Order: sequence, then C-alpha cells, then structure tokens
Amino acid sequence: MKRKPWIPARWAPYVFISPFFILFGAFGLFPLLFSIVLSFHQWDPVAGITGMHFVGLDNFAYALMRDDWLRKAMFNTLWIALVSGIPQHLVALPLAWFLNRAFGRWRNAVTGAYFLPFITSTVAISLVFSSLFSKDFGLVNAAFAALREVPVLGWLMPGQSIDWNQPGYTKWMISAVVFWRYVGWNTVLYMSAIQTIPGDLLEAAQIDGASARQRFLHIVLPLLKPMVFFAVTLSIIGNLQLFEEPFILTGGTGGIDQAGKTAAMHMYAVAFMDGDFGTASAIAWLLFLMISGATWINKRLLGARA
Amino acid sequence: MRPRILPLLLAGLAALAPPTHAARTTLTVAAFPDLDRSAKIAIESWAVTHPDVQVKLTTRAYADHHTAMTTAIATGANLPDVMAVDMDYLGKFAQASGLEDLDGPPYDAQAIAPLLSHFTLGPATGAGRRLRALPADIGPGALFYRADLLTRAGIAESDLTHDWDSYLAAGRKLKAATGVYLLASAIDLKDIVIRAGLADGQGIFFDASGKSQVESRRFVQAFTLARAARRAGIDAKIAAWSSEWSEGFRRDRVATQMMGSWLAGHLKNWIAPAQSGQWRSAPLPGGAAASWGGSYWAIPARAEHKALAWEFIKTLSLDRAQQLEAFKRLDAFPALIAAQQDDYLSQPIAYLGGQAARLQWRAASERVPALHVDRYDRVANDIVNAELDQVLEHDKPIAQALADARVAIDRRARRY
Repeated sequence: MKRKPWIPARWAPYVFISPFFILFGAFGLFPLLFSIVLSFHQWDPVAGITGMHFVGLDNFAYALMRDDWLRKAMFNTLWIALVSGIPQHLVALPLAWFLNRAFGRWRNAVTGAYFLPFITSTVAISLVFSSLFSKDFGLVNAAFAALREVPVLGWLMPGQSIDWNQPGYTKWMISAVVFWRYVGWNTVLYMSAIQTIPGDLLEAAQIDGASARQRFLHIVLPLLKPMVFFAVTLSIIGNLQLFEEPFILTGGTGGIDQAGKTAAMHMYAVAFMDGDFGTASAIAWLLFLMISGATWINKRLLGARA
Repeated sequence: MRPRILPLLLAGLAALAPPTHAARTTLTVAAFPDLDRSAKIAIESWAVTHPDVQVKLTTRAYADHHTAMTTAIATGANLPDVMAVDMDYLGKFAQASGLEDLDGPPYDAQAIAPLLSHFTLGPATGAGRRLRALPADIGPGALFYRADLLTRAGIAESDLTHDWDSYLAAGRKLKAATGVYLLASAIDLKDIVIRAGLADGQGIFFDASGKSQVESRRFVQAFTLARAARRAGIDAKIAAWSSEWSEGFRRDRVATQMMGSWLAGHLKNWIAPAQSGQWRSAPLPGGAAASWGGSYWAIPARAEHKALAWEFIKTLSLDRAQQLEAFKRLDAFPALIAAQQDDYLSQPIAYLGGQAARLQWRAASERVPALHVDRYDRVANDIVNAELDQVLEHDKPIAQALADARVAIDRRARRY
C-alpha cells in the first residue's frame, strides 16, 4: 500500500530551501532589525531585557552632536582608510601586471606569497607587528639604527628610536599593518581580472610597438576598471569597519590620546564598556550610512561605465 | 509484528524502572584566568564533598569573559550558575539587576560580612543596598622596586615611600645615575593618587549621590604629579601589560611598579623570573592605602541551580583551606580574614629577597577604605585618562583638562 507523504508534495521545495531562510532569519535578519529597535532605546544589557527604555532619536542626536570621541574616531577611521587604502591599490595594480608577466608558471606561487597575510590570523599579525614596532626592542627601530650607519641613507633616518605608541605615529603604524595585510588580496583580484583580458589585444599592441608600460596604461588599466570599482568598494567597506588591527595594536584602548581608535572600536567600547547598547546601535547605523555614502561616491567616480 | 513491538516494550519498561543511582546535577561556573585555577581547587574538594554534583568550568579570556557574561545576562542564554566578576567590572554588574541579591533570603550574606576584609563588600553593593557578589581575593596596594638598581643609584626605600616629592626626587636621581626609568607610566601615579586619602563610603570618581569628583583636590594633585614625572623624564611611557612593559622589567629599564600584591606572583612566574631576589615590596608612597583589582563571585538572577551555586561560592570565599590554597598556588591574597591570620603570611618570600611581604600586604589591606563603586566608573576612568593624555602630550592646563573631563563625564555617564 502506498503511504501518504507526511507533507504535501507542493510544500517540498519550500521545506528544502527553509534551512537557509531559518538561519538567515535567526542570525542575519533578526540582529539587523533588533539593532534598529535598539538604536531608539536606552539599554544596559546587564539589567536584562526588561531594562530597555524608549528614547526616540536621542541616541542619534547624542552620537552626532555631543559625542566628541565618535568624531575623533571617525576622523581616525577616514585617515587610516585613505592612508592604508589608496597605496594598496596603487601598488596592487602594477604588481599584478608585473607578476602576471614576469613569473610564468611560478606566478601562482608568488601570488600566494603575497596573499598569505590576508589569510593569516589578524591576532597573530597584530601581535607580531606589536613586537616589530616596539620602541626599545623592535626590529623596525633596529633597522633604522642600522641604516643610520649607511652613508647618505643615514641622513634620511630618524635620529633616535621612534616611539610608535606616541599619538603622532599610531595611525601610521596601523596603516602600515593594514596596507601590508590587504595589498596581496587586491593583487589577486587584479591578477584574476588581467587574466581575462584577451591575449590578442595585448599581442596586437605589442606588434604595433607599444611598450609594456604603454600596454599597462592604455589597455590593461581601462579594461580593469570594473575590477578597480569592485576592489575599491571592498576596501571602503573593510577600512571603514576597521577593528581588529587597531584594537590589538593599541591594547584595545585606541592608544595615547585615542590616536588609533576607529569608529568600530568606539562602537564596541560604547556597547561593552559603557554598557550603552542603544547608542552603540545608533553609531552602527550612522557608520552604515557613512559607508553607503562613500560607496555611492565610488560608484560615481569609478563605476559609471564599469 | 511481534519482533518489532518487543524491543519497544523493553525500552519502555527500562525507562520506567527506578534509576540505579541518582542523576548528577551539573553546576556551571564561568571564570577567567587565573581565577579559574582557584575554581579548580574548589572543584577538587567538591569532588569529595559533593559526589552527586558535577561542576563544569568554562574559562574565557579576561575581557571576553565579561563580554560573554554581559550578553548572557541580557539574553538569558548560556547563563552559568556561578560567574566571576573582576573588580574593574563590578560597578557595572553590581548596579544592575541581573545578579541575585545576596543580602536577601536564602543567602543573608550580611551575616557573614564580618568574616571578610571590611572594604570588600562596599564595591559589590549596588542600587538599593543590595549585595551582588562575594569577594574571593583582594589586591592590597604595594610599591614593588628593584633593590639592586636603587642601591646602584644610592637610593634607599625610604626615599621612595616618604612622600610623593621624595619619590619623584628619587626618580631623577635614578635616571641620572643609571639611565633607568623609575616607573613605567606617569598614569600609574595618577591611578594611585586618585585612590589615596578616601574614607569609607566615598567613591573614586563619583560620590554616593552620583556627583562627579574629578575636579577635586585629589585629581588636581594626581594630574600635577603625573605631569611632574613626565617632565622629569622618569617614566618610560609604557602602558601596563604591554609587551614593552614586561620587557622593560626584564631588561632593567624600569625600577618600580605600584600595583596589587598579586604582581609579585606575575613577576616571579613570567615577567622577570630571572630577577629572583632583586625585587622588594614596600608600602605605597606618602602612606597611601589602596586596593588594586580583586575577584568576586556572583549568581545570575536567572541561574538554574541557585542553592548549589551559593554553596559553591561559600566554598570559594569562606572556606579557609580553599582561600589559603588559592593564595599559595596563584598568589591570590585571601579576602577571608581567618585565612589572613595563617602562619603562611609570615613566611619569607625568596623572590622578594626573603622579605615577609605578605604581612606588609595584610597591614595595607586593613587600611583600605570601603569605597563606593559607580556603574560609570569605567567610563569616567577612560575620560580621565584621555584628558591626562592631553595634559601629558599637549601640555593642556590641568584645570581645563579636569573641567573638560567633568563635562564629558556628565555628558556620557549621566545621560539617563
């Protein structure tokens, strides 16, 4: 006897795709919607869920007009995003072109070496760089000290060991780590795009007498525009949400004078140190608007014909 | 059909049969290093006294633990029965309602208050005079110094401890004679001075009514001393617990550190084990009395096994043998007065050149006032540190810095 299915057959497709929607609803959509609700409430989580009080737009008003530290953190975030982000692409583009031409069948191995920092644990990287940038015991200052002995080059070196934890250097230190970590990722993106450029185009240009530099500037670069748009968009999103590297390099405090405190770090501190999840949620949404704005500008600049 | 029904029948009968032994209750405990080692000592003794209870200990890194406990209380999910709270987070946790009130029945913890160091219950008492946690260990403040480096510069212990002026003068002398910094960071000076001279019931950043205290004479003196140390070039500008901080001690770059008595254990075990016999402990300069850190145990209001949790906390906080064992194994100075009277305290400490420093720490603990702790202490501390950075790095006038700190505290901490 044929048994009756325990669910109607027309439901089957929905049952099969339901795990995604259940997981997305629980871990994606719910936190998103809850953070919107939270941004209009005052809530110290230690008081439990009953401790929530509706405050309207007060959290947004406070964050925008009275939170000096948020303004400082936003400035730091933009500073680090620009100083670490722009060189990433200026280096990754020609580097991808160079690796693609110069290494033949070793190309993937060399690219892998550049990609390695991207897949290495941020905590491990930051701890290693903390040691490298140590004032008295770090390799960076030791290298400067050694180079001071080299004629001519020595004049360019700082006269004494740099205290990288001083406010004037903190952002440079963080930017250097972020640049080092993500330049390989962008190189891989650009290299994959370069490999899709038809070989006959480059061959024709070569036959016409175009140098490697001219081929890069006039053929490769224009054809890479869609990938540049994509890679810069990822950099904008990643750099404006920068958290782990500055957090570990500055011991979670943002460093002296909060010179290395980013907006994401400030948001974390407001939530978990101050116990003000409402304002932290408002900051999260302001950060979202800022990232959206920067991405829109990027779209206008690079993505118009991409 | 029969072959299919028989196993089901047997399984059903087995389920209905009385158990051969009672099911074990699982008590969950959440802690952070090294306090988890103290819990492990208690778990060892509970294995004998409570064979029907299995204690499951979860250890997370210090900050992660407190973040996890915050979210656990907020959501009610993954709540332990017993949770550790460090002194730095106590204000935040004690002022909220997510923890059991240990003053009320069935706990009645105030009855056992005389058994514990007098200053320990004040910080754990939140809104409505409700006691939210019991102390396990305390950190009487001490000045640790390198006797060999100071001797080389011709500096005596009394030069460090007489008053703050003589402390700074010793720093200048030490730097001139040996090139060694007297202290890791000028912020350390601020941290001790703002805690000095307080009486029972007073708070560091806020008074009992919640009014900010950062423009008081304490803070002016603290900022002035920190600035004097920076201008004298006697601080190494190193943040505590950074790799440079520990390396500074190892490489003889920093000669003193003011902290809780537990620092002796850290120095001996991992910071500078090779310097055994060269370190000493002294009272804080100027007769200051303060406590650094300290660990507490609490029961979440929505914990599953509250009675057992209370039993376990009493073992951790009130059992003399447990307190002494934790002191011996992890240098956790006992909060229990009975444990402080043990002969162990008069034994010499080889790492400190044979000094019987534990007696000195006990004497210091007897002078520590019972301070009022505010839920916004951490916020105020961050703001004050930021303003001190402005003074030290940008020469901002102290009065202006403290006035700005007060405005910022009022703005951030007193919004609701």
